Amino acid sequence: MNKRGRSRSTPPWPVAIPAIIALAFLVLPVLGLLIRAPWGRLIELLTSRTSLDALRLSLVTALSATVISIAIGLPLAWLLARAEFPGRRFARALVTVPLVLPPVVGGIALLLAFGRRGMVGQYLDSCCGITLPFSTPGVVVAETFVAMPFLIITVEGALRGLDTRLEDAAATLGASKWAVFRRVTLPLIGPSLIAGGVLTFARALGEFGATITFAGNLPGVTQTLPLAVYMGLEGDPDQAIALSLVLLLVSIAVLVGLRDRWLRTGVAS
Amino acid sequence: MRRPVILVVAAALALSACSSAGPSSTSPATSPATPGSAAAQGALTVFAASSLKEAFTAIGKAFEAANPGVSVTFNFGPSSTLATQIGAGAPADVFASASGKTMDTVAAAGLAPSRSNFATNSLEIATPPASSVAISSLADLAKPGVKVAVCQQAVPCGAGAQTLFTKNSVQIKPVTEEVDVKSVLAKVELGEVDAGIVYVTDVQAAGAKVVGVVIPADHNVTNKYPIAAIKGSANAATAQAFVAFVLSPAGQAALASAGFAAP
Amino acid sequence: MTGVVARVVLNRGDFTLDIEVAVAPGEVVAVLGPNGAGKSSLLRALCGLAAIDQGQIVIGDVVVDDPARDVFVDPARRRIGFVFQDYRLFPHLSVLDNVAFGPRSAGASGGKARDQARVWIDRFGLTDLAGRRPGEISGGQAQRVALARALAAQPHALLLDEPLAALDIATRQDVRAELRSHLRSFQGPTILVTHDPLDALVLADRVVVLESGRVTQAGTTAQIAQRPATSYVAQVMGLNLLRGQASAGLIALDDGGELHAPDHLLAGPALVAVRPTAISLHAHKPEGSARNVWAGHVTGVQPIGDRVRVTVSGAPSVVVDVTAGAVVELGLVAGSEVWLSTKATELEVYPG
Repeated sequence: MNKRGRSRSTPPWPVAIPAIIALAFLVLPVLGLLIRAPWGRLIELLTSRTSLDALRLSLVTALSATVISIAIGLPLAWLLARAEFPGRRFARALVTVPLVLPPVVGGIALLLAFGRRGMVGQYLDSCCGITLPFSTPGVVVAETFVAMPFLIITVEGALRGLDTRLEDAAATLGASKWAVFRRVTLPLIGPSLIAGGVLTFARALGEFGATITFAGNLPGVTQTLPLAVYMGLEGDPDQAIALSLVLLLVSIAVLVGLRDRWLRTGVAS
Repeated sequence: MRRPVILVVAAALALSACSSAGPSSTSPATSPATPGSAAAQGALTVFAASSLKEAFTAIGKAFEAANPGVSVTFNFGPSSTLATQIGAGAPADVFASASGKTMDTVAAAGLAPSRSNFATNSLEIATPPASSVAISSLADLAKPGVKVAVCQQAVPCGAGAQTLFTKNSVQIKPVTEEVDVKSVLAKVELGEVDAGIVYVTDVQAAGAKVVGVVIPADHNVTNKYPIAAIKGSANAATAQAFVAFVLSPAGQAALASAGFAAP
Repeated sequence: MTGVVARVVLNRGDFTLDIEVAVAPGEVVAVLGPNGAGKSSLLRALCGLAAIDQGQIVIGDVVVDDPARDVFVDPARRRIGFVFQDYRLFPHLSVLDNVAFGPRSAGASGGKARDQARVWIDRFGLTDLAGRRPGEISGGQAQRVALARALAAQPHALLLDEPLAALDIATRQDVRAELRSHLRSFQGPTILVTHDPLDALVLADRVVVLESGRVTQAGTTAQIAQRPATSYVAQVMGLNLLRGQASAGLIALDDGGELHAPDHLLAGPALVAVRPTAISLHAHKPEGSARNVWAGHVTGVQPIGDRVRVTVSGAPSVVVDVTAGAVVELGLVAGSEVWLSTKATELEVYPG
């Protein structure tokens, strides 16, 4: 047996043992969820009024948050990557704040800005009778706040890594700035845009602290999946576990879908 | 609001040191140690309902003062969550909840062999100061456009609110069911809702931050608060001592000055 | 279609580019210069990817850049085709869609643009590759796609940036020949930028030499080769380009003489390129493996840098670069009789 060949295939013990512990640490809770789940009653639990409300609400709000994140996040990402303007670095740092802010703090901040007596919220209330807290749009606002930075950062990275020389070539072929964006830039950052969108959706779906603080908790209106799980823990743990399985499934789907594309920038294929 | 409570407790301590009056207990099985007993020492973990925050913090300090060598740590939260945690093995020595029902959960797991009711609380409407919406009674909460916050149904104050509405035949649709009573209070203080159903003690503790609207006693709902030493606690003697302290005149005075009624 | 008339003054930091150039429709002008001379900057200014500091650029009667009058037309509206040195084909589009990009940008629908693209693809012999992605074709094929793509946009002028630099030597010759015929058939003005004199000689009608941002010489290739103004020009433009008729490995030169070519397949009009350094001078008729041997007499001896350029009249007349020592040894002066030899393998032959 070739000693050199063996040492390359067998991992050394000082590395393997901690690695196995790390793996077990991450896998056991998930296994616990899967093994202790009430598989027999799953359908019944998931089709209860509370569950269906929470599922529908979560899907609608997370999708809305993702769409809004793309609609206003993509232009911001483009500006951050391409345009020169005073305070650009500051703006880029600000964009990452919701990523590190504890979600509950985010919720409080949203209240202070958009609550009924908030900085902006009070004008929304007095002029147009719009109050965001305790409403489904409020949930979308909370989810967008925590999830949009994912999209912006992913897309900005992709735009930076993009070869602008291709866009130059497109210009010489007669394409207007908008046509260049639509037919060259966008297809080339497509994979990153999708990855960013998926991450954003997953983050929005899982948001708890900001939602419950800003939007409150009302079944059918603001009680998203994570809130229903938390509330369910006291009254009906089985239902909470069943809903947790749904969230777990979504998380796994996201991982499988993205595979190793996490924050890949630049050209695909 | 807390300092007067501590003064009262200190005064009551001084008084009780001279008297041998026992606690008003519904269960004969407890053998309370009197304050100052050598048996009370070590670290004590007390799980208590959110509405007990101010009163129990003061009681904790007084207990530590009376029993040097004891340090009391509190975990305040919604009674139902605490009950679930204790059932799942959380290291609580004492549990004080806002309803018998949540204590039943713990007793059903065999973890609270004996309990005593130590206080009663009733509900009150809390409104933000300088609110544009005039609230003077429960019926006002049913008016269209009025935003009302209540606790989630699993929690004693949430169940209590539901009972309150049913008892008074009012159709009220809250805009949110908060995690615990302190969260409801927070929403009222921030002005995000026009009214919240909280406990009388919460309104008192919040002081000038909210304006309370009293609910007449015959329309109101009261909760009995039970307390129990948890079975299997590492510090059973101290736990029992704490329970006794809560039931003693010192503890009762502290609870009374926070707004609780006698059990 | 009228041509390009430009005076480009561009501050490049290390030097200022200042060049005047005018190209008539159908004409091919090569801008020849060492790396860093400003050639690419010139092209970027002409197509609008950079703005000039002073001067004026006129393409087909339209002023596209005039700082004094605050006129600047975007690259997208200049109708200038650009073939980049690295081709810059769109990796996410097929060859067909790459070529169709220009017509699409002009407003043609997807189907019509593809039809127009197919015409160009056939003309360039790319039909089999139409469905492939740029990552799946060779360098020479990519060069053709880049050219087809630029031409399909129907530009008023064509710019090429070192069109053959990215190819390996073996492919270069073939592609150069093809490029020559494509450029001949383009009716607008063409400016190509290169550091390889062979490109200039084979592809262009006129040459403009650019050194450090300034024009050091301009004229036909023959003029420049015969009277180099600077040592760079001399070094770089020393090349013999002869025309003739090829058949069965022999090229009968128009101006007299006959040369053996390495390629026996070529038949018809041909261009032969021989480097001055590839020809040897002898006092007597030489023997040896060289297939091409002929006699001539010296008409000029010009020292240039570390070598000497000897102009020899004969069949054919050529310029030969030798060392100063060789000149002394052979006693070369105007009027001296010499023998010349060059190997068949030293000749580069192009279909003319």
